[in-house]
Formats: sequence, structure tokens, C-alpha cells
Amino acid sequence: MSWERYGDAFLLALGQTGYMVLWTMLLGGLLGLALGIGLYVTRPGNLLGNRGGFSVLNVAVNIIRPIPFIIFLTAIYPLTRLVVGTTIGTEAVTFAMILMAGFAFSRLVEQNLVNLDPGVIEAARAMGASPWRIILTVLIPEALAPLILGYTFLFVGVLDMSAMAGYVGGGGIGDFAIVYGYRQFDWPLTAFVVVVIIVIVQAAQLLGNSLARRALHR
Amino acid sequence: MTEAIISLRGVSKVFPGRRAAVTAVDDVDLDVYEGEIFGVIGYSGAGKSTLVRLINALEHTTSGTVTVAGTDITKLRERRLRPVRAGIGMIFQQFNLLASRTVAGNVAYPLRVAGVKRAEREARVAELLDFVGLTDKAGVYPSKLSGGQKQRVGIARALATSPRILLADESTSALDPETTADVLGLLRRVNAELGITIVVITHEMDVVRALCHRIAVMERGRVVEVGDAYQVFANPTHAATARFVGSSLHDVPTPEILERLRRRHDGRLVLMRMQSDGGASGYLTSTLREHGVEGTIIYGGITEIGERPFGSLTLELVGEQADVERFVADVTVRAGASDLGTAAAPRPLPRHDERGSVR
Repeated sequence: MSWERYGDAFLLALGQTGYMVLWTMLLGGLLGLALGIGLYVTRPGNLLGNRGGFSVLNVAVNIIRPIPFIIFLTAIYPLTRLVVGTTIGTEAVTFAMILMAGFAFSRLVEQNLVNLDPGVIEAARAMGASPWRIILTVLIPEALAPLILGYTFLFVGVLDMSAMAGYVGGGGIGDFAIVYGYRQFDWPLTAFVVVVIIVIVQAAQLLGNSLARRALHR
Repeated sequence: MTEAIISLRGVSKVFPGRRAAVTAVDDVDLDVYEGEIFGVIGYSGAGKSTLVRLINALEHTTSGTVTVAGTDITKLRERRLRPVRAGIGMIFQQFNLLASRTVAGNVAYPLRVAGVKRAEREARVAELLDFVGLTDKAGVYPSKLSGGQKQRVGIARALATSPRILLADESTSALDPETTADVLGLLRRVNAELGITIVVITHEMDVVRALCHRIAVMERGRVVEVGDAYQVFANPTHAATARFVGSSLHDVPTPEILERLRRRHDGRLVLMRMQSDGGASGYLTSTLREHGVEGTIIYGGITEIGERPFGSLTLELVGEQADVERFVADVTVRAGASDLGTAAAPRPLPRHDERGSVR
């Protein structure tokens, strides 16, 4: 790959990917945490058991999650226009990514919470703790290690989604690999991008593992 | 210990099941007095765990009233129940410690919930850890502790907000015998030194023996017998109690064992019950001598409940027919013994003595 020729374009793409992935990890992560906790606590018999609330959340997650991202990206464009003001570009893609990542992460969060020992929650209730306090000081801290691992797992999916941004003019390194590598029959360039992605994913996994280990007091 | 600190009146708890509703607690009346250690015993599924959770409103009654320290808690809304719960400590079979917090953090948790200020909180945690003997473990995470240590943390945590009542749900069932004795000793101190009323749920005879002043026996959601621990066990009036005592003590032969005993011993068999004044063995030897009868112990067991001897012995009697008859007549009248007859002319066990037999 010749740096003089592609350097600027590559750095721009890397920046776009960074923008999309970081905002999605932050806001999509929070959305997923909220939805996942919602799914867990509204399940009948749980902390804030509410059959109606649970059904709504459950159905919503089940409907959104299986939609292939590239379809989802185009299908929600009226909503995207309403919120972002445009349906093309990096911001528009990021909006769709945040929603999709949130719904995907919600199931991971729910699963990790379901694995918690209900006895610990009962103990907190017996001490007079309110549901909100239990959510913030028991549920999240007790499930923190698996939540970090689930969040790390989410990172790969988010990076994957960001590669489709080129379809609606969002840029990013996925788009870079298609435009400059694939379309110009420059296989080494594509390979270079793949290596960069592998390095990013490995670094994220290492970071996630080490944080999870620190959160796991065993 | 005259005032009832916990009163249950006509309390029922029905869980709506998938097929049919399950009545976990069925029309229970119960009084627990201030300062006592009250045991609720029964086999698993008898409704003990549900019953104790009605006392701190972790479960809500279907009908009836639960009065704790003068307040009818069945009439309170969820928000009002939280301070009531904070005033009742609870410990669990699986300890239920927060894995994400240190020992000190676990003990401090209920204090945080109660809004206790940091300095006061730290002083209280230090005091509690000293009480349960875990001062050196303050900064350790629960996963590094043994079962007994975990339960001691559980006890310290339950005592943090200075409750008047402590609920212990199978608190030693996950521990080995030595550690159990250790934890039971601590619970006895909690009762004696701090004057805290303790409600113990257990299926273990050892716990009842070591701890309880009074007990209630539960079977299929109902309280079938209540009273002084010794009285209830020494004179069980309900089959469930008799089974419970027998299955943990094995002092009275089951009908199957009795049949085997009869095959081995064809003489007259008699079941002698241990008296609470402890006189049976002396009385037994003198009475045997008096009637010129020899007795061989062929089955039985003697232990202690509430520091008083408890149990029974089954004897085979050898001697002149008339002497044996006189001896049997004497002990059945004076010592409440049961005549089991001979292999040729057997007499059944009295109904409430059929301990350990199947339903």
C-alpha cells in the first residue's frame, strides 16, 4: 500500500469508524443496559414484575434484533431523518447502529442478570433496599464481570455494523476497503485493512478480559 | 419473655400455580415471644421458608394478619414495609453475600440502605466484625472465606441495623457439623448477649436441640404442634413430630426393624421412654431387680434436648412369666413404657411411636 496515495483517505476512514464505534458503544451500551435491566426486572415474579411491560419490551427486542443491519439501516430512515436531520452520512449510520446495538446488547444483559443468584436480591430486599437501589448497587455490580465480557463481545458486532456505513455514505474503514481495495483490485490494500481490524479487535478483547478479571472477585 | 413480638393470626399463603394453586401456608396461628429462640421445623416443602418470609413481608399473605412489634404489616404498602424489613435481620442457607463487596462492604450495606453516615458506619462495621470474630477479614472478598466464615459475615450483616428480630432460614444446613456448632454458638450469643428474638427454620434435629426454647412443627403448610421444645419432642402428639424425632434420633424401632428384632429375640419386648428428670436408667435397673427379671437392651438411643436427656430403649425381658407380667404392668403404669408383646403374641407400637415410618 502506498501511504502517500491512500494515507489521508485511510486516516479519515479510521476517524469515521472511531466516531461510529465509540458513540455506539457508549450510547448503544447504555440503551442495551437499560433495556436488559428492564427485561429482567419486569419479568413476572421479579423485582418490578409487570406482565404488560415485559411483553412490550420482549416483543420489541424480538422484532428488531433479527433484522439484518443493512436492511434496518434503510428501513428506519424516517426516524433517522426526524432525529438526525438526514439519512446519509456518518451521523445517520451511527444513529441506526446505536439502536441496533442497544437491542442486541439487551439480551446479553438480560442473560447475565438471569444468571445472578436470586438469593442475593432477596437478601437486599430483606435489608429494606428499594428496587432502584437494588438495580444500581446489587444487580449491576454483581453481574459486572460478565457484563464487561458481553460488552466486549458487542464491540465486534458494532465494528461489523460500521463496515456497512459506506452504503449510505457513512465512510469508515470498511468502506475504505471496498472502495480502494476491492473495486480497484488492490488485494494487498484489503488485506492491510483486515489486519488493522484484527489488531483493533484483539486489543479490545484484551482490554475487556483484563477489566472483567479485575471485576471478578474470585 | 411474656410479650409476643411476632403474632400470626389465621395466616395463609397461596401461590397461583400453573395447574393448581399451591397452599404453602395454611391457616396458621403463632406467637413468638420477645427474647426467645423459636424453631420452626418440618421437612422440605412443609412451608417453613414461606412462613418466615411472611414475617418480614418478602412474601405477602393471602389472608390473615401478621403483627410484628405491634404493627400489622399486612396492611402496609411496599414503601412502608422497607423500614420494617430493615428492623428484622435475616440470614440464609446459602449466605447470600454480595460477591462484589468485601466483608466490611457487605456488613456496611444495610447501614448504607438505612442512610447511616460514613464515620458511624465504619465504627459499627468494626464493632460487628469484632463480635463475630472476623476483624482480620474486613478487606477480604467473600469468595476467599469458608462456609462458616461466610455465615458469620451474614450474621454480622443481619445485625448491622440493630434489629430486635433475627430470622434464620436453614442457616446451618450448608455447613459441616463442626462449623454448624460454631455458628449455633454465635446465634446463642446473639440471643443471650444482645437479647434478640430469633426465629430459626430448620429440618435439623441438632439445631433444635442446641438452640430452640420453643418450637412449631409444620406439615403441608399447617402448624401441627407448638410448644416447649422438650415437651413437644418427649410427648409428640402428632405423627409428623414423631417422625421428625425418630428420623433424626432413630431411637424407636420402625415396624420393619421391630419385625427383625422379633425374629432375633423371641422374648417379651418393652419400649422404655427416657424421663425428663433423667431417672429412667436408675429406675430401670432397680425395677428389674425388684421383679427378678433380666433385661437386655436390643435397640434405642439417648441424647439431649434443651440440656435434658431424651430418647428411649427397647428391652428384651427374660424371667418367670409371672414376674415379667408384673414388671410390664409396673413400668407401663409408672413410666409410660409400651408393651410390644412377644414374637408369638406381638403387640403393635403405639401410633405416635411409629417414628421414621413411611406415611
